[in-house]
Amino acid sequence: MSASNENLKDMIGQEYKDGFVTDIESESFPPGLNEDVIRALSAKKNEPEFLLKWRLEAYRHWLTMDHPEWSFVKFPKIDFQEISYYSAPKSMEDGPKSLDEVDPELISTYNKLGIPLEEQMRLAGVAVDAVFDSVSVATTFKDKLYEAGVIFCSFSEAVKEHPELIKQYLGTVVSQYDNFYAALNAAVFSDGSFVYIPKGVRCPMELSTYFRINAANTGQFERTLIIADEGSHVSYLEGCTAPMRDENQLHAAVVELVIMKDAEIKYSTVQNWYPGDENGVGGIYNFVTKRAECREENAKVSWTQVETGSAITWKYPSVVLKGDNSVGEFYSVALTNNYQQADTGTKMIHHGKNTSSTIISKGISAGHGQNTYRGLVKMGRKAENARNYTQCDSLLMGDQCGAHTFPYIETKNPSATIEHEASTSKISEDQLFYCMQRGISAEDAVSMIVNGFCKEVFKELPMEFAVEAQALLGISLEGSVG
Amino acid sequence: MLKIENLHVSVEGKEILTGIDLEINKGEVHAIMGPNGSGKSTLSYILAGREGYEITQGRVLFNGKDLFEMSVEKRAWAGVFLAFQYPVEVPGVSNIYFLKAALNGIRKFNGLSELDAMDFISSVKGKMKELDMDEKFLYRAVNEGFSGGEKKRNEVLQMSVLEPTLCVLDETDSGLDIDALQVVAEGINRLRSPERSFVLITHYQRLLDYIKPDFVHVLAHGKVVKSGGPELALELEEQGYAWVEDKLAS
Repeated sequence: MSASNENLKDMIGQEYKDGFVTDIESESFPPGLNEDVIRALSAKKNEPEFLLKWRLEAYRHWLTMDHPEWSFVKFPKIDFQEISYYSAPKSMEDGPKSLDEVDPELISTYNKLGIPLEEQMRLAGVAVDAVFDSVSVATTFKDKLYEAGVIFCSFSEAVKEHPELIKQYLGTVVSQYDNFYAALNAAVFSDGSFVYIPKGVRCPMELSTYFRINAANTGQFERTLIIADEGSHVSYLEGCTAPMRDENQLHAAVVELVIMKDAEIKYSTVQNWYPGDENGVGGIYNFVTKRAECREENAKVSWTQVETGSAITWKYPSVVLKGDNSVGEFYSVALTNNYQQADTGTKMIHHGKNTSSTIISKGISAGHGQNTYRGLVKMGRKAENARNYTQCDSLLMGDQCGAHTFPYIETKNPSATIEHEASTSKISEDQLFYCMQRGISAEDAVSMIVNGFCKEVFKELPMEFAVEAQALLGISLEGSVG
Repeated sequence: MLKIENLHVSVEGKEILTGIDLEINKGEVHAIMGPNGSGKSTLSYILAGREGYEITQGRVLFNGKDLFEMSVEKRAWAGVFLAFQYPVEVPGVSNIYFLKAALNGIRKFNGLSELDAMDFISSVKGKMKELDMDEKFLYRAVNEGFSGGEKKRNEVLQMSVLEPTLCVLDETDSGLDIDALQVVAEGINRLRSPERSFVLITHYQRLLDYIKPDFVHVLAHGKVVKSGGPELALELEEQGYAWVEDKLAS
């Protein structure tokens, strides 16, 4: 076709800026998975008996499950015996008590990623839990948050310090048998973040977890559990990066959110795992189960995600709307470039009366990228006057990529209202020519048009993240027009 | 300012422009008229640098430089502006953001610093007033959901903000009612200056009731077949384009 297609090709193939490897001595389990590995992992973390039992139940169930094949993504069969299920920096073995005891290499890794762990360096309003391979290396502002009654710590620490909360809530939104990768995660999860916001508390700062995969041939299996008790409010951010490697690495996480009466959780993700190179070699397999349960009335949850990384993204942050008048929202931008594949969307399961949900999904495909929106809106028998609005837009750049939409709707209540809008567009030569004729360079024009396309989602992100997300889209598409 | 010499242009093997010669000096206003399919819009796209056209012969000099050596945005930076017949929508991008990016692109090229946001906004607002445009247009997405008249006004607003030296207006009068035409024409007249030249591409004479051209050229079959003063436009209006065709034939 015309020259602008050539230009689009150039823009793709931008270097991944977080692809460095931290040279640090790690202790890793040898590859392989069996009950002994799970026992060893649990012992390493001094876990209580109930948790080991829970893991083993999950594992035994997992063994009976078939690998799911229904998604619109293609990848070679994963050999789960080739993966190491635990890797941690050696220096973390004794469990450093404060940041002063943390290996400076680790601190500098996070500095390099723009996530300083020293509290005085951080923007005052954001607390961070930094997860490196299988362990949490530091959590900032823990004490300050504790004063407000907020518990924000690594999952391992929560198991030690607050076993009653873990026992009460773990697996109540995503059970250890839920699906293939959720069961695998339940069996082998190593760390993650834990948040508890007590009744009536508005969390005084944004909470965030930054996930970093460093070690080769390991999988990262973390678990996040957030509980917003009655009348509480929290905004939580999640970021992810990994080194550039030729092998694919598995990241199979589980996130559970519990929202009680009148409480609200705002959960934002900027996912920038290594996407693989321009020929589709390497990159992270990001197979994640995320679900929120609005357990009581007037509970509200909103998922906002910007997915630019990973060789394959396969996830559906979902909401179970149990409480009457509860609200679920899903805002998503998914970009696939080169040979990236994304099959992502959401499930809104309405059980309560007057529940409402909103889905805004923006898929951008460039290069040979394949982008699929898959969503389920389900109105249960008792969901009187439940409402859903879905808007699903795809933007294509070039003529080698693809966009696919699979919306599923099930309704058992005739009073429910469901609206669905969808569009597919291309960055047209007309638009590019128009911008360039006004003196805007081709690259700036593409970035402007793409950001304009994503605007409805970006405005849902906390300010700091919105800026990062825009920059990330710019980098991911740089060079596509010359 | 602009010198077009023996310009031949083809699209997919079909010759659209068949040898155009035209010279436009600083401060002059030239109207190019012609029937549909005579190559008027092609000429405007060629000047702005649109892809998809094959230049088979001839050249165009802009301030002595070969225009065809310059990329689309370089031409814009150097002062070429095309007011589109069908202005393009850019969803999600606000008009103000778009204007600022465009202006700063041009200023940067000319070695000027970026404009202060407050100065920029007050200057744009003044220009909008002159064009009878509501300030809310600044915060709407570029051309999205604009009526035909609003789009054309927006083109003239961009032109007055970017202050180009060569303004090519492609059928700016089409789709405008009389009131809007008057406002747009006044906007263009305000921009006339000894340093700025205009090429008005139009099908109808009525635009020229409001904007007095120095020269009128009639385009037919990809060629200038007749040139003259403003009176030529009136003659055309009376006799129709068939008159030109007949003359050519005889």
